[in-house]
Amino acid sequence: MLTATALNYKIGKYCLLRDVSFQIQPGEFLAILGANGAGKSTLINILSGEKKPSSGNVWLFNKELNEYLPHELAKKRTILQQHNSVQLSFSVEEVLLMGRYPHFKHRPGKFDFIVIEETMEVCGIAHLAKRSYPSLSGGEQQRVQYARILCQIWDQPKSLLLMDEPVAALDPQYQQQTMAIAKAFSTRGFMVIAVLHEINLAAQYADRILMLKGGRKWLDGTPIEVLTPAHIYAIFNTDVDVMINKQTLKPIVIPKQLDLDVGGFNSLLSPISVENTEALT
Amino acid sequence: MRKLAIYCLLICSLFLVIFSSLIFGAMHIPIKEVLSILSKYLGLHDANVNNTYEGVIYIIRLPRLLLGLLVGAALGVSGAAIQGIFRNPLAEPGLIGISAGASLMAVIVISLELSLLASLSNLLGYYLLAFGAFVGAGVVAFLVYNIARTDGRANVATMLLAGIAINAFAGALTGLITYLADEQQLRTITFWMLGSLGGATWQTVWSVMPFIALPLIVLPLLGKSLNAFSLGETQASILGLRPNRVKTQVVVLATLAVGASVAVSGIIGFVGLLVPHIVRLAGGVDHRFVLPASALFGALTLTLADVLARNLAAPIELPIGVITALLGSPVFLYILIKEKKKLFN
Repeated sequence: MLTATALNYKIGKYCLLRDVSFQIQPGEFLAILGANGAGKSTLINILSGEKKPSSGNVWLFNKELNEYLPHELAKKRTILQQHNSVQLSFSVEEVLLMGRYPHFKHRPGKFDFIVIEETMEVCGIAHLAKRSYPSLSGGEQQRVQYARILCQIWDQPKSLLLMDEPVAALDPQYQQQTMAIAKAFSTRGFMVIAVLHEINLAAQYADRILMLKGGRKWLDGTPIEVLTPAHIYAIFNTDVDVMINKQTLKPIVIPKQLDLDVGGFNSLLSPISVENTEALT
Repeated sequence: MRKLAIYCLLICSLFLVIFSSLIFGAMHIPIKEVLSILSKYLGLHDANVNNTYEGVIYIIRLPRLLLGLLVGAALGVSGAAIQGIFRNPLAEPGLIGISAGASLMAVIVISLELSLLASLSNLLGYYLLAFGAFVGAGVVAFLVYNIARTDGRANVATMLLAGIAINAFAGALTGLITYLADEQQLRTITFWMLGSLGGATWQTVWSVMPFIALPLIVLPLLGKSLNAFSLGETQASILGLRPNRVKTQVVVLATLAVGASVAVSGIIGFVGLLVPHIVRLAGGVDHRFVLPASALFGALTLTLADVLARNLAAPIELPIGVITALLGSPVFLYILIKEKKKLFN
């Protein structure tokens, strides 16, 4: 169980996070939505322990986050970050083995290799095992990093899986796969928290959605409760239609088309003449 | 398995080079004599040995060989470790000014304290010299790391430019001290500038032994941490490391080794760059392999370079720094050309 109470985060006079509180139980999948600069990344970095809140605390299983020793915490939570660079040419296998580092001292055991094999299978990267990491494409690297952090908590039930925009660089196929794996983890009793930009992925996979606006918690509820045109307009400044998928009973969000005034949007182009308009119509 | 084969190859060639270093030189000593002298020292049998040969081996070649092995291993392993912490294959102690910092401090110690050193026992004097070099190396390493670091990783261009600035600064100060030095000091200082194993005695061997043995034993144990570090400081801390502690450990140990080797043998360039790079090409980038293999290969390279330095133009002895630079600079250019895209992005 993870409990965040009254989290504040300030840099100088800027308040990036104000009074954010929520709770998540093992087995839950929580998506965090919000516009750029709403405080999503700050929040998830506080949950991972990388940033210390200016005030407020995070409790992980009845113990405060900063009371854990680093190697204890490494077995209970992991985070997939947006930017991962590895300059030395480690092989994919070696990168995955790094995910097991918290679990062995000097030599990996048989068990660690079983974990790596299973993870590669699930993430569909077994064919990349011997490849050098820097030679992979951006999307492939992202999937390898995902597999690495899964290795870290693969055998640690109830632990915390944090993801900061996990699908940003991925094809639709792997967006769905990434979310489905996270969903499967939550079903098996892990706690999953993901910062997402794709509202529909959140609607499909998350049990709950936390909406942030200007560093404050705006809403916290099930996708059906949270994803209404009014709320989405409040958060993203965008007009949308929300429909219900009759098979899954989950909301589908469809942005309305935005039309610019074609005649007036660029003052440097010659005005649209009558003949041109006729030719167009 | 490939790694095992590389270890075997390294150890076998190391033995070959060790023997050739004892055999060849201004005086050729037959291998049979070398073997019987060695087995006498090991207490295997006390056969009669040629006294001249024994003298040459015991007083000149053996300490020089041991010093070459120690310094080479120190430069190899610390080069690999520093590249690991900078996350960058171009971070070499000589290039980024660590050696220059060490030699500046060594020169300062010599010129300020030479009278004091003479009054101290000689071994203590060497310790002071090694400690001074270590402080110089350490200050530069922390300085360069913090100047080059942006967003948690070392920026290559900044790192190399900082190295140029520090090399120039240390060079200017060293030049100034040289200019002001008296004749006795000048001779000792010139020795640091060239880089040579020529000053090897049993005393120098024993004086650097502790400073090099400790990093040689401990740095290879940090291979796992350095691997995690290559994911970035943040990811390393997510994996349960304390990045600052790892950084401090590696920098202190590596500069200890570099400082000690500079104190006894001057600046021997490019070993710290060349050795880990070839090791990585041969057996992959896993630090758990690269660190011990670089120590072995460093010892091998430097001993071989010393054999060449003593024999290529015999009886004249070439400075060993010249040999390593001749071999090292083309490799440095090769790395630059081959990896410039990867390195500077």
